Amino acid sequence: MYFNEEFETLPRQALEALQLKRLQGMLERVYANVPFYRETFAKQGISPADVKTLDDLRRFPFTLKQDMRDSYPYGLFASQMDDIVRIHASSGTTGKPTVVGYTRKDIATWSELMSRSFVAAGVHKGDIIHNAYGYGLFTGGLGAHYGAENLGASVIPMSGGNTKRQILIMKDFGSTVLTCTPSYSLYLAEAALEEGVDFKSLKLRVGIFGAEPWSESMRQEIEAKLNISAIDIYGLSEIMGPGVAIECQEAKCGLHIWEDHFIPEIINPDTGERLPEGEVGELVITTITKEGIPLLRYRTRDITSITYEPCRCGRTHARIARMSGRSDDMLIIRGVNVFPSQIESILMQIEGVEPHYLLIVDRKDNLDNLEVQVEVDELLFSDEVKHLQSIAATIEKRIKELLGISCKVRLVEPKTIMRSEGKAKRVIDNRAK
Amino acid sequence: MKVEQISIFIENKSGRLAEVAGALGQAGINIRALSLADTSDFGILRLIVNDCEKAKQILKEKGFTVSKTEVVAIEVPDRPGGLSEILQALDSFGINVEYMYAFVERCGQNAVIIFRFDETEKAIECLVQEGFNVLQGERLYQM
Repeated sequence: MYFNEEFETLPRQALEALQLKRLQGMLERVYANVPFYRETFAKQGISPADVKTLDDLRRFPFTLKQDMRDSYPYGLFASQMDDIVRIHASSGTTGKPTVVGYTRKDIATWSELMSRSFVAAGVHKGDIIHNAYGYGLFTGGLGAHYGAENLGASVIPMSGGNTKRQILIMKDFGSTVLTCTPSYSLYLAEAALEEGVDFKSLKLRVGIFGAEPWSESMRQEIEAKLNISAIDIYGLSEIMGPGVAIECQEAKCGLHIWEDHFIPEIINPDTGERLPEGEVGELVITTITKEGIPLLRYRTRDITSITYEPCRCGRTHARIARMSGRSDDMLIIRGVNVFPSQIESILMQIEGVEPHYLLIVDRKDNLDNLEVQVEVDELLFSDEVKHLQSIAATIEKRIKELLGISCKVRLVEPKTIMRSEGKAKRVIDNRAK
Repeated sequence: MKVEQISIFIENKSGRLAEVAGALGQAGINIRALSLADTSDFGILRLIVNDCEKAKQILKEKGFTVSKTEVVAIEVPDRPGGLSEILQALDSFGINVEYMYAFVERCGQNAVIIFRFDETEKAIECLVQEGFNVLQGERLYQM
């Protein structure tokens, strides 16, 4: 089953010809409309006209998250604000978010790719989609929502939280498809058990899980506990949102990246060199149809590999492997992107000193837990318990306000946090891979 | 009239108190009084010792976070109502007690209560005025 059979099964040669044509158009557009790209092209002595084959793409510079930050908020937009109909944002390392804008056509493309993704996962018109991705600046909720409507399925815009109500609605409304983070699906399963609701008695058939890394063993656990088929989806707001790539239900072996809209490359994160098919490196994506904020060779920092081998589902689009990590220190906690430097700057604002801290991430009862250990030095130390407790509470509150995640602050003795040569070890991630 | 007390930050993990006591013992420092305030994560050990400076230095060398705090020691007759009189006096002057702990003198005549006030100077003034026996630091260290 396909949503758009013609494009999803386009023969490789035709697909690559289409990519080249669209890439050339995209380069012309950013050259004409985005000063940042015009300047970097000039610096490198290249112009859009130099692109004669897809391979010429490697001569162009990367776009970094920092470049988006430097042009905050709208500097990289290639469309007039008059034509932007939607704005999303993701949290940034310095408190300023990364902003993306969509034209009407971008929203249509996103909806189509999300619809394709739903169909690849085995979802069809007539399904009742329980969408528990967060609605708001985060792209998850609205991205899945528009794709579901575009497909003609019934979408329940649940958003996150209020687990008891989620279970009640899933049961009473007869939801057949669940979209949320993989860890939340397991949390739902356990909460349902406590409510006396057996997932096996529900109509749920398919789960589409993303926004955080998960493993094959977690898939097996989810499929057993929820009695569903669990599908991995990939996306990031800078590129579009959810629906950049998805597994097909036939193979569940790698995520098809929609190559008629994105050109993926795998690079060595240290040298920037392009790696051959099958080798593990950092995923770089060029958007070739986006109007609002087209990005050239955007470094996602996600670590994966790519294969162009034909898939048994019949789709001709390349597959990327499950994300195995990050080439930077970003953590994904309950679906929220967290950089250690964000927590460091919060600690510095509170104490006025550069503190020694350690982030410990665990998964308890299928929910991510963040503990922030802060060393108590003489500047921080007070003889009175209430002062120390209020410091811990203040840090917890600030992290909640700025990053939107709850954490536990534990005050520890000096020098208990490991020091290493050069770079301090700031993170211990105990979540099973 | 003030007494020097050292406070030590201690994580709730086994062996930490023993390390403090061991380090002080080896250095020949005598503990005169102590109290431990604890929460689920950490504790604050408060000590009055015969050589405050040396104790502080030794514990810092051992990697502990140590601070010096000024407290007030008051001698109270070791009989029912002794403490109550002091607290009533403090209350009438509107002085807040941050924390307190007590021990009984070796000869058994009197109890000594250690107070930490939010306004140390004012508290001493009021206690002296009310005729309580506020102990000199030196006396306590050598007790």
